[in-house]
Amino acid sequence: MQQADITARLQARFGDRIVASSEFRGQSALTIRPADLIEVATFLRDEPELDFTMLMDLGGVDYLDYGDDREWRYEVAYQFYSISKNHRFRIKVAVEDESVQVPTLHSLWRNANWMEREVFDQFGVVFSGHKNLRRILNHEDFVGHPLRKDYPINRRQRLSRPIEHLIPDDPEWA
Amino acid sequence: MGLESNFDQPFITTSIDAVVNWGRKYSMWPMPFGTACCAIEFMGVVASRYDVSRFGAELVRFSPRQADLLLVMGTVTQKMAPVLKQIYDQMPEPKWVISMGACASSGGFYDNYSVVQGIDELIPVDVYVAGCPPRPENVIGAIVKIQEKISQEKTAAWR
Amino acid sequence: MSTRVAPIPTDRLVVNIGPSHPVTHGTLRIQVELEGETIVRSACEIGYLHRGFEKQAETVFYEQVVPYAERLNYMGPIMNSNAWCHAVEEMLGITVPARAQAIRVITTEMARIIDHCVCIGANLVDLGALTNFWYLYNYREKIYDLYEELCGARMMVNYPRIGGVAADFPEGWLEKLVLVMEDLKNHLADVQGLVETNRIFVDRTQGVCVISQKDAINFGMTGPCLRATGIPYDVRKVQPYWGYDRYQFEVPTGTAGDTYERVVLRFREMEQSRRIVMQAIEQLPEGDYILDDPRFVKPAKDLVYNTMEGLISHFKIVMHGVSPPRGEYYSATEGGNGELGFYIISDGGPKAWRVRIRPPCFINYSAFPQMINGSMLADAIAALGSVNVIAGELDR
Repeated sequence: MQQADITARLQARFGDRIVASSEFRGQSALTIRPADLIEVATFLRDEPELDFTMLMDLGGVDYLDYGDDREWRYEVAYQFYSISKNHRFRIKVAVEDESVQVPTLHSLWRNANWMEREVFDQFGVVFSGHKNLRRILNHEDFVGHPLRKDYPINRRQRLSRPIEHLIPDDPEWA
Repeated sequence: MGLESNFDQPFITTSIDAVVNWGRKYSMWPMPFGTACCAIEFMGVVASRYDVSRFGAELVRFSPRQADLLLVMGTVTQKMAPVLKQIYDQMPEPKWVISMGACASSGGFYDNYSVVQGIDELIPVDVYVAGCPPRPENVIGAIVKIQEKISQEKTAAWR
Repeated sequence: MSTRVAPIPTDRLVVNIGPSHPVTHGTLRIQVELEGETIVRSACEIGYLHRGFEKQAETVFYEQVVPYAERLNYMGPIMNSNAWCHAVEEMLGITVPARAQAIRVITTEMARIIDHCVCIGANLVDLGALTNFWYLYNYREKIYDLYEELCGARMMVNYPRIGGVAADFPEGWLEKLVLVMEDLKNHLADVQGLVETNRIFVDRTQGVCVISQKDAINFGMTGPCLRATGIPYDVRKVQPYWGYDRYQFEVPTGTAGDTYERVVLRFREMEQSRRIVMQAIEQLPEGDYILDDPRFVKPAKDLVYNTMEGLISHFKIVMHGVSPPRGEYYSATEGGNGELGFYIISDGGPKAWRVRIRPPCFINYSAFPQMINGSMLADAIAALGSVNVIAGELDR
């Protein structure tokens, strides 16, 4: 399916729950609110013509001082791919600030586990329903969230003891 | 001729330093602490073209208790720093450290929040090898420099 | 008279593997809880090589990101930097000349071959088969010689540029490449003969640490790990770039999704890469090796020294870099371990606003605890090599 058709299907289904839409160099994306994420993702997966079977990527973005008129600071971008239909699509979730929580997609795709931990580690966005939301790339004594625009790149933080980490109780969240 | 002819077994006289240093330098057992790309270049050093076995150092021991040359190959991050210190502490004396590559020597071109800017912030280093990654000949040159350093050591100094 | 012994209560043992360990090939850490020899629960810890690539890429120009990108998957470095230049070119909306595309294909497939060489060699060393490591590393040195003649460096070559590549093939390089590719058949025959039907290897890897097709898709796995379960997903086939649709090659797939298939698939992929390189050499078009557009590409040196326009465009590109328009783009190519994606957001300036890498190893490795629960500790070691986790790409 063409990107414009996918956008049209989603707009027909979700209408004004879509906050923004964009298109650049042949790729389209839609921005939604965190509360609608699970429903949109389930629709993308289950609708036979869309059939997005794989969650390819999940990444965070900080738009502080980007210079346009958006009212939210963070975005979490989800890249979906359909093996049978060979098309891609991008959904972005608008997060106003760090107090807003985004529901976890772990119930639909299990690779969301680690990728959401990385977004939490680097940006500080909290995912509700995530049972193992710890830092994954930086060490556990790290204070702050390094990929935010107001974190200076050279601020190093030492770790003075080797890390002990626990095997989580629920093996699904390892 | 000389003293040796009065005995039935041949022998040579030398000093303890010379013998001990000769044994130590031609049979170094490296502990490869490989983190990143330099470790792949070290695997090339150990492989058959740039054979480090010619210098006696092919027996890589992955246990620090059995090694005497710590090769730090690759970027050391803040999360990995306590591990490096622990491995260094676990090695018995005498031990030497080669810092291989730009990242281990000075942080490389990663001047950011997560990279230790040179492992000499953590442990004492004997030889720094420049390169990103250094050529295998460079690494062998570092091992030869350590061998030269060892040949000048005095056993009395270890007490 | 029979004696009956009451069952002795035992505790589970927690064993820590890594981060400094011969088998982890880098800085990975796995904690397993063992009941006897069987793994009951496990967890993986990563981040020991987090070098801040994504933050660093926001502070340098787009062309200066090429060396950082090469150090992602350091087994086959050119794959990553070609993919980065491709992503930036898509954002700029430019197409590189056909000869440059063919050069990119040749260098990428060479990098894929050496990536698989190390993966298989190191995996077999863990199982005790050391000879293959020497054989495959010897072949890797031959490819290094070619890279050195072409680009000046063995591993981190810094060869691709935005708009093409840095230089054309030297005299006689293509003939040497043909000889080296012919030599690959001998090396592969040596190693495959030692390994593929070897009773010990088969017993240790067949049926070991299986992942089902449904789980592999659910975990978003790509690359040889997904193809071993039976899904022929290869970005070069489904969404071709750089003229891959002009070359004939197959995408090897397995059926069982076990360690044996993941390793043996890499042999087949090396053979297919060899086919692609030979076809690319035969079909190599004449033309420029870099785009002739002074907005994005530095002009040739004689123009820079002798014409005013050449000097000005050289100055602008060096001091101000290239600036894609405002927008975001996700570009996917086939890396050694699966789909390598770059999601770039630009604010119209010379430095990227945000660079997000979709690292294939990260997503493949997140399925690792699922794969090893229920196997023995030695099986987990064999499986770890077959997943080919490269810490540079995992932690960025």
